[in-house]
Amino acid sequence: MCRLGYLDTIDVESAFGVYCTPQNRRRGAVIRPDERANLVEDDLLVAENIRCTVGDRVLFDGLSFCAHPGDLVEIRGPNGSGKSTLLRCLVGLHEPDAGNIRRTVDSLYVGHRSGICGRMSPIENLRWFAGLTNASADDESIGAALGAVGLGHARHDVCDSLSAGQQRRVSLARLLVTPAPLWILDEPLTALDDDGRDFVGELLARHCSAGRAAVCATHQVLTTAPDAPATRAVTLGP
Amino acid sequence: MRLFITQFRRDLVLAVRSRSDAANPLVFFVLATVLLGLGTGSELVPGVIWVLALFANVLAVEGVFRRDHEDGTLEQLLIHAQPLFPAVVGKLAAHWALSGLPVAVLSPVAAIMLTGTTTGIGVLVLTLCIGTPALTLLGAIGSALTVATGRGGLLVAILVLPFYVPVLIFGAGASTAAMLGDPVAFQLLALSALLAACLTAAPFAVGKALAISQEY
Amino acid sequence: MGWIKTTFHKTGSPRWFFTGSRPWVIGLYVFGALLIVIGSTWGLGFVPAERLQGNSVRILFIHAPAAHLAEAIYVAIAIAGFVFLVWRMKMADMLIQAAAPIGFVVTVVALATGIIWGIPTWGTGWVWDARTVSTLLLAFLFFGLVALRQAIERPDRASRAVALLALVGVVNIPIIKYSVEWFTTLHQPPSIEIGKKPAIAAVFLWPLAVNVLGFYCFVAGVVIAALRARIVEREAGAKWLRDWTVKS
Repeated sequence: MCRLGYLDTIDVESAFGVYCTPQNRRRGAVIRPDERANLVEDDLLVAENIRCTVGDRVLFDGLSFCAHPGDLVEIRGPNGSGKSTLLRCLVGLHEPDAGNIRRTVDSLYVGHRSGICGRMSPIENLRWFAGLTNASADDESIGAALGAVGLGHARHDVCDSLSAGQQRRVSLARLLVTPAPLWILDEPLTALDDDGRDFVGELLARHCSAGRAAVCATHQVLTTAPDAPATRAVTLGP
Repeated sequence: MRLFITQFRRDLVLAVRSRSDAANPLVFFVLATVLLGLGTGSELVPGVIWVLALFANVLAVEGVFRRDHEDGTLEQLLIHAQPLFPAVVGKLAAHWALSGLPVAVLSPVAAIMLTGTTTGIGVLVLTLCIGTPALTLLGAIGSALTVATGRGGLLVAILVLPFYVPVLIFGAGASTAAMLGDPVAFQLLALSALLAACLTAAPFAVGKALAISQEY
Repeated sequence: MGWIKTTFHKTGSPRWFFTGSRPWVIGLYVFGALLIVIGSTWGLGFVPAERLQGNSVRILFIHAPAAHLAEAIYVAIAIAGFVFLVWRMKMADMLIQAAAPIGFVVTVVALATGIIWGIPTWGTGWVWDARTVSTLLLAFLFFGLVALRQAIERPDRASRAVALLALVGVVNIPIIKYSVEWFTTLHQPPSIEIGKKPAIAAVFLWPLAVNVLGFYCFVAGVVIAALRARIVEREAGAKWLRDWTVKS
């Protein structure tokens, strides 16, 4: 079942794109032209045949998947299997050794590093981020975003004084400040309490049901919301 | 322009907030001036001040991207700042405003301490105002190349000091000539040309180096 | 145009380069050494002593080729850096890695022989002359390439950072040279004008040319040998390399 570094299972619930069937896996998951034709039409993200290596070690090769409107793509796999590297490829921080990545829409990325400056307050951080992403967010909507992640009371505290979970909430508040159809989240549940996890689940459900998509690397069940989005899993080998 | 302002304001606020960080190059500059005043005579003063300003610059610029790299704001910047150029320039402008500019402003005091005259001081300040931003832009390349290594310091100095040489030559040349009452137009023009070249080319190199540093 | 593409791709393959380059190393070593021996014997033994500088001029038969070669190596590295950044050709990166320390050594040789020559001729080992200073700065640039690669843990990231630094460096070299030249014309006119190329007499020119060519060949051989060592290091474990080792 598990070939080193190869895509191993894909597509759990959705009827969309079985890109990587056991037959073509060995050749590196080739998408046949007719399949591709009905797939690219409205997808927000397409990864085709991507390959990443660390030194001599192949993390994955011939990996292909896509994110349609309404999709929640879960990237699963043990530590060191290349989940973070894959996400960094998707967002453009890392160039894969081979293959194509096409993003048709704006995306937001929440990674392992918070992207939050510890010497500034949450509101200042988000103000900077809004300026960076050219979002038309005023202080009011930023305050509302912070309220939504449960940090309304701490909006003027210096981020260094916040706990890890609170800092993660500030990172997640970025998703509310700047609207983007595609979210790319690396372990979004890390450091969050039960409340926070539920919040992320709801957030994802709401995001995806509005015809947008998210790609998440995770070890946990992301959402148990009743209107859970169409979840697909991309599992990376050991 | 919005990207420039966004990044400039953020970095200015941060620099003002951690005052000792921002003061370090300045204190170094003053301290070294005093040591030199105790140790040497006065003929070479403009050149000496220029060398000190240069060292203060390299010390300051060495860590300009480090904290942003550690907390992940750098990767957000690389993802979202389209184009990257104004954001990089904004960041470096904020950095310069609190490292190079104070040194330039303070340099007359240093010059008077060391020479006792005021001849050519205007030119000295002017050359520092034109020259130190060029140094910051060049130094930022070295800083960006080493940001992910966790060690900058001496390595950055070794990487960028050769690139500082032209700026030093024309900056110190103009200041010395002014103190002796010689014409300085050529050196000032050459210095301005260097700044223009750095301003157009260096941010691209910095952006490329930062992108490389964020690769996994 | 087709053959250019083919050659480009072939050169980009470590395997093709490694298996084919051994005769080149040997050939360049032998040919280069031969030329150096001829040129040096000619220069040291048969060329008359120079009118003003006496016998000390003979060290220039080593000094000038080394100084020349140092710049050529840097330009080669910068071109390789460009190739690596644009096409991600691994061989280009290995070439940078192999050539940078060699370039540093050659530059140091040029500087050292320059100082040895300067002491009797200029009366001082060091002059703030344009060529002297820019050669010294070139040594720092080479050193920086080596140091930066060592400082960055991830090899692929280090490769790209070094390639970028090499490119930035090559843009700066003419500017540095020009500024130093301006600086020296103002401050310190060269003490003695002899040694400048147009002024050189034919008796000196021929052994010098032979030596320059010899240096180029010999150092090219050294670079290729170092490149082969890099290939072995990086491709260790590749099947073709194992097969090749078994075969030979």
